[in-house]
Amino acid sequence: MAGGHFSRGTFQWRPFHVIVGLIFLAGLIVTVLRFTGGLGTVTNLDDNNPWGLWIGFDLLCGVALAAGGYVTSAACYIFGLKRYHTAVRPAILTAFLGYALVVLALHYDVGRFWRLPYPIFVSQGTTSVLFEVGLCVFLYLTVLFLEFSPAALEWLGWKKVRALVVKLTLVLTIFGVILSTLHQSSLGALYLIAPSKLHPLWYSGYLPVYFFVSSIFAGMSMVIFESSLSHRFLHRKMDERHIRESHDVAFGFGKAASFLMISYLGIKLVGLAMDNTWQYLASSWGGWFLLELIGFVALPAFLFAVAVRDRNLKLLRFSAVLSVLGLILNRFNISLIAFNWHLPAAERYFPSWMEIVLSIFIVTLGVAAYRFACIRMPILYDHPDYS
Amino acid sequence: MSISRRNFLSWMGAGGACALSATRSGASPVQEFPGYAESYAVLHDSTKCIGCRSCEQACNQVNALPKPEKPFDDLSVLAEKRRTSAGAYTVVNRFFDASGQTVRYVKTQCNHCLEPACVSACFVKALQKDPSGAVRYDASLCVGCRYCMIACPFEIPAYEYDEPLTPRVMKCTLCRPRIIEGKLPGCVQGCPTRALSFGKRQELIAKARQRIWEHPDHYQDHIYGEQEMGGTNWLYLSAVPFSRIGMREDLGTTSAPELTSGALAAVPMVAGLWPVLLAGLYAISRRKDALARSEQKNAVAETVNRAQEETEAKLAALREKMTREKEAAISYEVKKALDEAAKQAEAGEEAEPDGSGTKSSKEDT
Repeated sequence: MAGGHFSRGTFQWRPFHVIVGLIFLAGLIVTVLRFTGGLGTVTNLDDNNPWGLWIGFDLLCGVALAAGGYVTSAACYIFGLKRYHTAVRPAILTAFLGYALVVLALHYDVGRFWRLPYPIFVSQGTTSVLFEVGLCVFLYLTVLFLEFSPAALEWLGWKKVRALVVKLTLVLTIFGVILSTLHQSSLGALYLIAPSKLHPLWYSGYLPVYFFVSSIFAGMSMVIFESSLSHRFLHRKMDERHIRESHDVAFGFGKAASFLMISYLGIKLVGLAMDNTWQYLASSWGGWFLLELIGFVALPAFLFAVAVRDRNLKLLRFSAVLSVLGLILNRFNISLIAFNWHLPAAERYFPSWMEIVLSIFIVTLGVAAYRFACIRMPILYDHPDYS
Repeated sequence: MSISRRNFLSWMGAGGACALSATRSGASPVQEFPGYAESYAVLHDSTKCIGCRSCEQACNQVNALPKPEKPFDDLSVLAEKRRTSAGAYTVVNRFFDASGQTVRYVKTQCNHCLEPACVSACFVKALQKDPSGAVRYDASLCVGCRYCMIACPFEIPAYEYDEPLTPRVMKCTLCRPRIIEGKLPGCVQGCPTRALSFGKRQELIAKARQRIWEHPDHYQDHIYGEQEMGGTNWLYLSAVPFSRIGMREDLGTTSAPELTSGALAAVPMVAGLWPVLLAGLYAISRRKDALARSEQKNAVAETVNRAQEETEAKLAALREKMTREKEAAISYEVKKALDEAAKQAEAGEEAEPDGSGTKSSKEDT
């Protein structure tokens, strides 16, 4: 099984390669335009709307949907739930790629990408929530790299280094959970400074808590969703144990996500009560807010529960997709849709096609890298030398 | 209205001392930063503004900004509401009363907050509040993340979106270089109607109060910027409610840093408590596993022990039974022999009595 990657043979163009190739080409064009013409050439950003799709999707959704990494490793190594062991590596790989791509996307979005290390190494603006985000993402990317490295080292056959890294597992996991708690919540805290711009239904002093809690169930949903994709497209790379245990993992996470989403609904209502913003529910913004909460949190929570009761894998996967979409909708609402709600329609932001292309390009890079790693490295199977 | 270098240095010192005392517990809501004492400010009496755009022109010149598409004496640009941009640190906007009769103008630029949102939001300290009152920007540190633009409640900082590699955040500097030289800010100098006055903030607040007191019918009883977002170094007077000249009245008096101080204060708590909590959870799960293992081991050992004991007990019982049976057999045999001997003796008495040999051989066994 492990030797599969050595027999490469001649390269054949498959539909996957053609689509990926086209997206890469489009991404390359946008890249050239961005770094020759500036953000004004490729984006619809303006002085009122300084953060667009690349922050709302690539950063906020990217980080939240990569939360499966710390959730799964914490379940397995800290809470001692051994049955999640087979899910750890795919989740860590997703998280590592997710964060790496978040940082890559930031290179496009910030003005001077080579200064991205400045907040850590040159001039520390410690009063900024963004400083905390930057520091945690930097540290957590390092942690994820180390957490992921055993798979790569097994592939490369570097046994001694691998043995050393494996010894760090618990420390890395604890460090990862701390850093994730901090920066997942801080991404929500970023918006605390702008109560005059974010709609009162979404603005709350609890934003950091909302972001943290929603990252957990989004991470779980993402693990379920990815596992269904792996079953479909990478089945040949999965060993018996992974195939056997993956369903238990999915139902376990589905159950946990269901409970967590119900408690999330509860604390969202507490937020409304705290700021007494009930009256906004009657407006059209209220309708949109309720759609997010009922259609994309309450509904998947209920469906998760039904799916777990009936052991209905199809319904479970559907709920996971719904829950992931709900997370994306929530982050879009806070960063794009309900942000600057006070501005007249003409001054509102809508992403340009090039912004969308670049976001698709970044996601495609992630999918391609994930596939590359799963085909070559022991992600979905145990390496015979180490099991 | 000009200041000497010595004056400047002296209030720099005062401001420095103030800054030190203020940074002791920045996150505490108990402490309030009233702004740098002696800091400079501008009072904009919007009732005196005639919308001539002279301030815009002066600003453009002293800051060497690019020439605008339409010249400054072209007032047609007032037809649309404008905001500050990378090419214009200040803009004048026109507003009509509900009747459409009376025209009002107001100038917009960086308000130089006492505790600026942009400064607290900047993660590289490229934006700093200066004791002079100015919010300074240092392009040599700026990463271009634009969080300051998200944070600013007045929607002031602009960005050079068309610069591919070296974009800057652009905003009014309060003409700090000029006030250090003892000159007035460009716009103040350029204003032909004295709608702008430059001076110490405290003095300007007193001046504004006096104007309201002297002409209560002419002014709203409110100095915009005295309290808004914790106070600003740019102060406004108006004849109509400020919301009618495009200024937000719903910003509140909480300074921006206070909005995020709670979340930032939670960081060390998480960093301090999580390791113990998580390591504790790990220890509990480990201990549970260890307990389960040792219980299993004990159970196995106990079962084995019990089995052994039972076997031994059975063996012992068997042994006892066997001994008892043997003894019974012996006593039976003895009894039988004795009986036989007795019979023989009886018979022998009649014939010739001799049974001692048989008796001793039985006792040997």
